[in-house]
Amino acid sequence: MTRLDEQATNRDGVRRTVTRTLVVLAGMFAFAFALVPLYDVFCEVTGLNGKTSNTAQVLVHEEVDTSRMVTVQFITRASAGLPWELDVQTRQVRVHPGQSNEVFFTFRNRGGDASRAKAVPSVSPSEASVHLRKLTCFCFQEQRLEGGERLEAPLVFQLTRELPADIKTVTLVYTLYPVQPAQAAVSRRGPIKEGDSA
Amino acid sequence: MASHLPPKPTPQHSTATAGGMAEAEHPRPSGLMRWLLTTNHKEIGSLYLIFSLTMFFIGGIFALVVRAELFQPGLQLVRPEFFNQMTTMHGLIMVFGAIMPAFVGLANWMVPLQIGAPDMALPRLNNFSFWLLPVAFTLLLSTLLMPGGGPNFGWTFYAPLSTTYAPPSTTFFILSLHIAGISSILGAINIIATILNLRAPGMRMMDMPLFVWTWLITAFLLIAVMPVLAGVITMMLMDINFGTSFFNAAGGGDPVLFQHLFWFFGHPEVYIMILPAFGIVSAIIPTFCRKRLFGYASMVYATAAIAILSFLVWAHHMFVVGLPLVAELFFMYTTMLIAVPTGVKVFNWVATMFRGSISFEPPMLFALAFVVQFTVGGFSGLMLAISPADFQYHDTYFVVAHFHYVLVPGALFAILAGAYYWLPKWTGHYPHLRLSQWHFWLSVIGVNLTFFPMHFAGLAGMPRRIPDYALQFADFNLASSLGAILFGASQLLFVLVIIKCVRGGEKAPARAWEGAEDLEWSVPSPAPLHTFETPPEFHPHQH
Repeated sequence: MTRLDEQATNRDGVRRTVTRTLVVLAGMFAFAFALVPLYDVFCEVTGLNGKTSNTAQVLVHEEVDTSRMVTVQFITRASAGLPWELDVQTRQVRVHPGQSNEVFFTFRNRGGDASRAKAVPSVSPSEASVHLRKLTCFCFQEQRLEGGERLEAPLVFQLTRELPADIKTVTLVYTLYPVQPAQAAVSRRGPIKEGDSA
Repeated sequence: MASHLPPKPTPQHSTATAGGMAEAEHPRPSGLMRWLLTTNHKEIGSLYLIFSLTMFFIGGIFALVVRAELFQPGLQLVRPEFFNQMTTMHGLIMVFGAIMPAFVGLANWMVPLQIGAPDMALPRLNNFSFWLLPVAFTLLLSTLLMPGGGPNFGWTFYAPLSTTYAPPSTTFFILSLHIAGISSILGAINIIATILNLRAPGMRMMDMPLFVWTWLITAFLLIAVMPVLAGVITMMLMDINFGTSFFNAAGGGDPVLFQHLFWFFGHPEVYIMILPAFGIVSAIIPTFCRKRLFGYASMVYATAAIAILSFLVWAHHMFVVGLPLVAELFFMYTTMLIAVPTGVKVFNWVATMFRGSISFEPPMLFALAFVVQFTVGGFSGLMLAISPADFQYHDTYFVVAHFHYVLVPGALFAILAGAYYWLPKWTGHYPHLRLSQWHFWLSVIGVNLTFFPMHFAGLAGMPRRIPDYALQFADFNLASSLGAILFGASQLLFVLVIIKCVRGGEKAPARAWEGAEDLEWSVPSPAPLHTFETPPEFHPHQH
């Protein structure tokens, strides 16, 4: 390379280009991570990922909209590696928007040892999630059950009157996930820990 | 152009692919060290091309394992767990190990020659970015031998399949992808720096050959999205090993976020694999039509438009995750919009051929096959873009047919076309005509026999990535498997062509093809190890 004259290799230009591309590079890497909170904020505002609020909300005092009925369905499932069962006493309720409703869920630890779990909700269609207000929910905190223990927990919710009119059915899914120390049970080292808690 | 004489008679007379003689001034390391330490763009280009050909055969063997298992319904040859590893590794190897390095190799060889630069702007970085690749792919392939097997979650490695339920080797998979990603990024920086700073005096941006233009835009795409891929796999790494919950719903994360981030990288990535192909075809078609390329400027703008639009369409891979109607429509229309600049390109190629004096040498055969079959893949892409229809097509063999049409008779045929086009420049010999023609026709028949029936299997509902299938898909799969064997075997002819071409054959002059006009044809064939040490005279011609 020594024979090449300065003009042919244009060192300054190359240095400038490389500096700029490196800045873009770092920016895009940071942008990828920035997308995580941005996505959360975006979803919280729009309710697009079907998540509901993690804390108790107050009842919005408004007239009950008796002119229409919305079907609310409940689906429960326990994640693999957790010897728990989650059941809902009423699989489906018909409610008026604005009205507050109570539904009971049953947790049962089929395993021999105490373990902890948390139910994570998801609402479908996702547009309904911002209109679903939870006054009381077992999903706000984790549950701890002794081996063989059974627990009944209520969900009190309200569908606001702003729920779009084209939504006739709202499905609420609760998936039960293990929490520490059984957290590892869902990880890929699962089979080992699974034996511990079973 | 006949007026493009070699700028300066160069003292080297090399006969091997990349010039085998010792440089006049410095004693050069020989043997293995020569290749380990080389900073010459031609030698590194050759290394890239040989590496990608090797990976192409390894990925091809994996594909043949998949096709052998799917030869008949039922489970015959491999366990489903291994089948999953084969589909995953086939995709990863072909995307990151075969197609991308092949384009980088072509860029290394041809970009400096086409712009009249003495070498890449950062030769030592060039060496480093190549030698990262064997490291990355040795590591990736070694995961197949690890306890629990290699990656088995598909090349898209969706979380939580690739985090919560992944084999223990996933950490190595992440590391290897990081290394391959760094290699791509460094390669892209180098290409941008070369194109922007080392052009021959007088060569403006709009005078650059289209292969250079498409690579410049591709390199910008790489700079923009490879860091996002690095970010995603870093988050996976943390989810797996450090207890974070980026994609873990149990901890408040969201698996759908993974898909958004992945496809924000993944969709520009598919254009990274096709834009340089457009450039190669845009060089070959005018040459063998003995006409200037029709609509040079519109080709440049169309390429840029495709690149920009590629950032706005990612969620068309995710129509079924539960997007709101507005998003479905937005991504459907932006996706369909891409058909416009792509259509401009296809129109320009056809218009270039119109009233051209066409001859059908091997590069032209592959380029023509590219135009026709890439368009087939484009049309099935348009069908998939229709969001309501995609609910039916999603994750079926129709998708497999679509992306194989754009990647095999698309990207791969363009690479083969480029190899046949520039082999005289690399080796000084024309590729063996008969063998090349056999290679072409067997490849075309093999490719279509393999992938065309997949459209029907997919429309009939056959899901992808499953080692078994219902009886009614048996005939389609039989045809696909036979085609795959034919296609795979006929690629051995390509290796034979290359070996024969390196060893001898009809001597090629500097301007190996009658209608070839770019700067690379002004240096002798084979190109000596050092070219354009004094910048050449560049005479812009009207595009």
